[in-house]
Amino acid sequence: MGLVDAQPAAGRPLMQVSDLGVTFQTSRGSVRAVSGVSFEVRESEVFALVGESGCGKSTTALAVMRLVPPPGRIDSGQVVFDGVPLLDLDEDAMARVRGKQISMIFQNPLVALNPVYRSAAQIEEALLLDQIPRDRAWKLAVGVMGDVKIPDAPERALSYPHELSGGMRQRVMTGMMISRSPRLLIADEPTTALDVTIQAQVLELLMDIRRRTKMSIMIITHDFGIVAETADRIAVMYAGGIVEQGGVLEVFEQSGHPYTRLLMRALPRLTKEEGRLETIAGHVPNLVELPSGCTFHPRCPLKRDACLIERPTVREVSPGHFVTCHYPEV
Amino acid sequence: MLNYALRRMAFGLLVVFAVTIVLFSVMQLMPGDPIRLVADPSRIPAWRIEELRRSLGLDKPAYIQYFYWLNRLLHGDFGHSIVSGQSVSSLIAARLPYTLLLALGSLVLHYVIAVPLGLFAALRANSRIDRTIVLVVTVLRTLPGFWLGILMMILFAIKLKIFPISGYQGPLSAVLPVLTLTLPALGGTVRLTRSEVLETIREPFVLTAYAKGLPGRTVRVRHILRNALIPVTVMFFLSLPWIVGGSVIIENVFAWPGMGRLLWKAITNQDLPIVQGIIVIIAVLTVISNTIGDIISGVLDPRIRIELEEVGG
Ligand SMILES: Nc1ncnc2c1ncn2[C@@H]1O[C@H](COP(=O)(O)OP(=O)(O)OP(=O)(O)O)[C@@H](O)[C@H]1O
Ligand SMILES: [Mg+2]
Repeated sequence: MGLVDAQPAAGRPLMQVSDLGVTFQTSRGSVRAVSGVSFEVRESEVFALVGESGCGKSTTALAVMRLVPPPGRIDSGQVVFDGVPLLDLDEDAMARVRGKQISMIFQNPLVALNPVYRSAAQIEEALLLDQIPRDRAWKLAVGVMGDVKIPDAPERALSYPHELSGGMRQRVMTGMMISRSPRLLIADEPTTALDVTIQAQVLELLMDIRRRTKMSIMIITHDFGIVAETADRIAVMYAGGIVEQGGVLEVFEQSGHPYTRLLMRALPRLTKEEGRLETIAGHVPNLVELPSGCTFHPRCPLKRDACLIERPTVREVSPGHFVTCHYPEV
Repeated sequence: MLNYALRRMAFGLLVVFAVTIVLFSVMQLMPGDPIRLVADPSRIPAWRIEELRRSLGLDKPAYIQYFYWLNRLLHGDFGHSIVSGQSVSSLIAARLPYTLLLALGSLVLHYVIAVPLGLFAALRANSRIDRTIVLVVTVLRTLPGFWLGILMMILFAIKLKIFPISGYQGPLSAVLPVLTLTLPALGGTVRLTRSEVLETIREPFVLTAYAKGLPGRTVRVRHILRNALIPVTVMFFLSLPWIVGGSVIIENVFAWPGMGRLLWKAITNQDLPIVQGIIVIIAVLTVISNTIGDIISGVLDPRIRIELEEVGG
């Protein structure tokens, strides 16, 4: 997959997100964590969402799952999954979508499992939602643990989360989230919290799952290395909005947005510890008071007068390649 | 798990042992000669007093006396009341069930009222209903027990005649004392439940539970409440001795035939053997409830179990 053997991205759209907006009402004001975000994820593709820390990647994913924590609220847009408008569903119907249609691996696997239940029991709990008899569900759960390459699965099945390493917990979590064969798996920085050697294994596992099940994967990452290795298409986020999206090849080789180019130059591989992009002058804008015009203008080396005043619109610079910039370089 | 429970119990025994040493030392250090409690030296010849001292073992060194005393305690011999001459153990045995009835009734009521209320308030945090609940339990907390008790008596026993006024005339008699004991203490449990639930709601594993497709009810019960109740339960068992302590006043208000009332009378009569006996029993009850709390927290939370097994606590 990815750059090496990129295929023309021709899959049918599975999920369409349009004009999504999320605001956190805090004591310091309304934080516009996500504003006007539109993208689609196609069947059986790997879609990457990249951007600096705090630009709204996790919030976008949580909004798709309708799990934005308070004081956050989805205040605009729609998410259409396989023809169903998710934001219009009632809570019970949405619960039936989660895990079965869309599921999500969270950013920090170390605290994402309930400490009081055994690992296989937490997978079993998901399987039982599909009316599987109890005795079979446990066996299936242990089987899932084997599928995600947990050594000694029958024994590890009885372990509590704190008895497992970070990598193992990430595998239990992955197993839990693919156990009901969802059609879209969202993986929020699945490797950032893990050791470098484990990172590669977890990534390999995800790609293996994708090959086996044909499920779509939306991967959130800081790491262009991971994007290059895994993704078919990519969206670059900045200050709550998407600034560029398209096929990985196009975006990598003919980046239209100055931010994308700076981002790629600044960090072929940005680790979580480094966090901020020191090499791009300035810092991420305050999401309470976004800059006028183009949100990137205070840091943009190429800004002109219009950038300070007018908000840029989305332009399709080549088929399927979108850039939100007044002066895209193509 | 069994290993863990056994360790906790051994530790509890050790604490009881320590309490008896402290209690015995305090008695030794108290001014006055215990002989004077039974014999007036102005009317009894000195050689007779010496003989009495020897027959009671009071001429032996303190640690030997301690082991005599401990041995008697272990055989259920707590001495005799100075006032009535009855055996202290039989006096306590007759009263203990009534006090336990109040304590256990209060425990059940806490769970039935405070936990759901705390959960309910937390799930609607900062709404009007939440603020009302917190306000009401905070006000309840400030009410003095005897005042509340008398109010209850006037309202439910004298005016409405629903429950007996005082004494023990069957299980219904327990209702007013249990309520009086529980209502002021409810606030602590409600607020602890509320804050624990609010904290647990923010845990990432709750998002995981939703993400795998569990309906809201299941998440609330199996993931939020289940985890939030661990500290609530432990806290409850730790506070059980305080409830027994609080029952001293309540038992007097309601003329309840429990240990608290016995203790009260013994103190006013300076009936030392009874006071001693009750202190030992309260110490044992305290240790038992703490040990149960520890064991339950181990059952509920595998992390505590393993941590304590490792440090060998
Ligand atoms: N619970 C919250 N309350 C207030 N603001 C929040 C909350 N959660 C997120 N935000 C704000 O929303 C913005 C986006 O956060 P988000 O977690 O989506 O970023 P991210 O791109 O996933 O970052 P990272 O790479 O660090 O995971 C941030 O500026 C953050 O301050
Ligand atoms: Mg994030």
